[in-house]
Amino acid sequence: MSPSRHRQRKPRTRRRGTGLPVPVLALAVVAVAFFALPLIGLLWRAPWSNAWRYLTDDDALTALRLSMICSLWATGLSIVFGVPLAWLLARVEFPGRGVVRALCTLSMVLPPVVGGVALFFALGRRGIVGQYLDRWFGVTLPFTTAGVVVAQTFVAMPFLVITVEASIRQLDSRFEDASRTLGASRWYTFRRVTVPAIRPALAAGAVLAWARALGEFGATITFAGNFPGTTQTMPLAVYLALETNPEAAIVLALVLIAISFAVLVGLRDRWFGRTDQPLVTVAT
Amino acid sequence: MTLSAHVALRLGTLDLIADLDVQPGEMVALLGPNGAGKSTLLRCLAGLAPIDSGRIAIDDLVVDEPSTEVFVEPESRPIGFVFQNYLLFDHMSVLENVAYGLRARGTPKADARRTAREWIDRVGLTDYTNQRPSSLSGGQAQRAALARALATSPRLLLLDEPLAALDAGTRSSVRRDLRRHLATFDGMRVLVTHDPVDAYALADRVAILDAGRIVQVGSLADVTAHPRSRYVADLVGVNLVTGTVSDGVLTTASGARVVIADALPGPSFAMIRPPSIALIRNQSPGSSARNVWSGTITDIDRLGDRVRVGIVGQLPLTAEVTVAALDALTLRPGDEVHASVKATDIEVYPA
Amino acid sequence: MVRRTVRLLISAGALTSLLGASCGADGSGSATVSGAVTVFAAASLTAAFTDIGAAFMVDRPDATVTFNFAASSELAAQIGQGAPADVFASADLNSMSKLTDAGSTATEPVVFATNLAEIIVEPGNPRGITGVADLENEEMIVVLCAPEVPCGAYAAQILENAGVTVTPKSLEENVKAVVTKVMLGEADAGIVYATDVIAAGADAAGVMIPAGINVAAEYPIAVTKEAPNREGAQAFVDFVSSDRGQRILASYGFLAP
Repeated sequence: MSPSRHRQRKPRTRRRGTGLPVPVLALAVVAVAFFALPLIGLLWRAPWSNAWRYLTDDDALTALRLSMICSLWATGLSIVFGVPLAWLLARVEFPGRGVVRALCTLSMVLPPVVGGVALFFALGRRGIVGQYLDRWFGVTLPFTTAGVVVAQTFVAMPFLVITVEASIRQLDSRFEDASRTLGASRWYTFRRVTVPAIRPALAAGAVLAWARALGEFGATITFAGNFPGTTQTMPLAVYLALETNPEAAIVLALVLIAISFAVLVGLRDRWFGRTDQPLVTVAT
Repeated sequence: MTLSAHVALRLGTLDLIADLDVQPGEMVALLGPNGAGKSTLLRCLAGLAPIDSGRIAIDDLVVDEPSTEVFVEPESRPIGFVFQNYLLFDHMSVLENVAYGLRARGTPKADARRTAREWIDRVGLTDYTNQRPSSLSGGQAQRAALARALATSPRLLLLDEPLAALDAGTRSSVRRDLRRHLATFDGMRVLVTHDPVDAYALADRVAILDAGRIVQVGSLADVTAHPRSRYVADLVGVNLVTGTVSDGVLTTASGARVVIADALPGPSFAMIRPPSIALIRNQSPGSSARNVWSGTITDIDRLGDRVRVGIVGQLPLTAEVTVAALDALTLRPGDEVHASVKATDIEVYPA
Repeated sequence: MVRRTVRLLISAGALTSLLGASCGADGSGSATVSGAVTVFAAASLTAAFTDIGAAFMVDRPDATVTFNFAASSELAAQIGQGAPADVFASADLNSMSKLTDAGSTATEPVVFATNLAEIIVEPGNPRGITGVADLENEEMIVVLCAPEVPCGAYAAQILENAGVTVTPKSLEENVKAVVTKVMLGEADAGIVYATDVIAAGADAAGVMIPAGINVAAEYPIAVTKEAPNREGAQAFVDFVSSDRGQRILASYGFLAP
């Protein structure tokens, strides 16, 4: 009696898998490690015993406060100007729209220092517009906190514009039709129908813009300069501290990371929209 | 106190020219095939599509007249619109949806909500007042959309295929409800539908729109009694032949001849009911039928005891014979056959 | 047959190693320095060192010199974290001592030049600045180097010597950035090195700082301990201190050590 020639397949234990093919999962794990390692490195080398001293240093607190104020202003301006721009690019057909879109998002690909220099030539004391700002209104932007906000807005706004434009494109314009047939003006429609519908994308774009503004270095130091209390934001403080006091630099860097982390994790579910609910539903 | 519309508009491949007049309290249904321009005409009335030339006036208000450069935006027109997919705002409750129009027009929140609640009660959605539209069934959503449109007391109510999104089972009960809710509305109504049953149940008059032109207007009974378009003919289930009558013969554009009994000369329609067409395998000279056309069978559809036979040839026709007759002749698609009709069985009327 | 082949191979190997040995032993020959030489140098040395590098490469055709110009303090930090430099030329003794303290230099640092500080202004000196006292003026837009970088430390020293308090509008992280801001017209004045004023040419003008309050910046140079090309590095250092090197430095306004 010969044994059965069939190779019995071992029964697989019922286990909930990730659903990802193994090679894809492996790449994903490498990606996670890629992002986690620098952070782990910082935590490893952080001078925990001296951390409090560096944190409560006057200059450090000033830089932190300045960073928060400027980045929030930059985010606000990005929303106020960016949403209408996104709307224009998404909805209105005009000749050269592609060029305008490329122009408005140029600063995303420009090296930030180049952006700073360009801002000089536009808004500096001798700039195309800047010279009139100086001569007629006595307004100077370089070396001021306002200049920091301008530099940060310049690099951060495109992130918001791109996110929101994609969302507006996706919107069903028939909802706006419905709103108008009910007697709502375009502005009322925008306020009560369009904006709520793009809220998740708006939140995501705002967070992206804020993060970009917070971390902005090249354009800030080139255009606004570096002076504690006025224009020395956290990234600049970290950079300079690295030369004389690397330990302090690590601590400041960790503070920035901790804040960003808290914001990203905290806002994720609340504002980005629940993934089980579509952005706009059609009752059928 | 009427809707008076003369619309001319070119949009993409659609060339729309239509005249429409609606009396207060009257419901006119726009019926027609897809692409005929029904929804476009509705959008013109709403102001969502400006016309190229013509004039639209709601009561005494001229809302669109290109020749005098008058155009009133949708938000300023006294209209209510029920959309095909209802388009209820999903991030607001039913109450906020129904109150939306009033608040948009400046009514204070408390007053708007009060009126909204009345309407919600009237359409029987009280239990869903604070729910999101996504939790409503199809029929309920339709009622909410209707309440929302009527809450602002419009003069003109526009409905775009309001029952199309419902399944067959709910459609008839919702249709009854819609009729009931509209009974107390005293404004003008225009309904777009592709289902003649809707027109029958809800409309006073029917306008048949085909390829951008209104080809027939009248009560549904009148329209179906004398079809003037392929669409209505198909709807009713009769053959329609178009041509010119002279000396007792109607000649079509392709040259086919239909011998008819007494009719006035000129452009005319000839209606041939399918049961009156006899099918013959081999033409014999001894029949009294003057009309014999040759053709090929394209399809055969059995409907119980009867069979519909589609024929193409000198004249495209649909004949209806009994199953027994079909078996006797052993007809199959692709077979050559002759179709014959007595002239007295053909109804002719002027175009 | 086999024995003959083996003998040939052995003699060939001996010949090759002899040749190799003779090539390696001769360190003073100008044709033997080869490979890449990476020089980290202070920003104020940009123009002068680029010229010196070109001259060096003419002398030693097999060598390639690449530069990394930045603030000395930043360069010192980079080397401290393991950047692959062969040579380090600093604008102040402070940055160099950071390396020597950590044992990161292979040779004793040698001061190869000195530089005086100077006030840089726009061409034609439109604001009519005559000395550091004018920089106290609140209306004046003054930019200085950050105190962490050498030129910033020198400026602070000079201002202290003069008993003058200046509130700069910005503290730049390297001296070239100060030059740029004045050249672009964004700032009225800054304190930089005399060599920077000369390098700016027609795009800027300078106001001398009196010797009594001025500080002479001393520029040391050294070969790094982890230098990948020890030979090339030493050759470069020697070249800088040689007559040719000194002449090039002088042409840019540097003073003798």
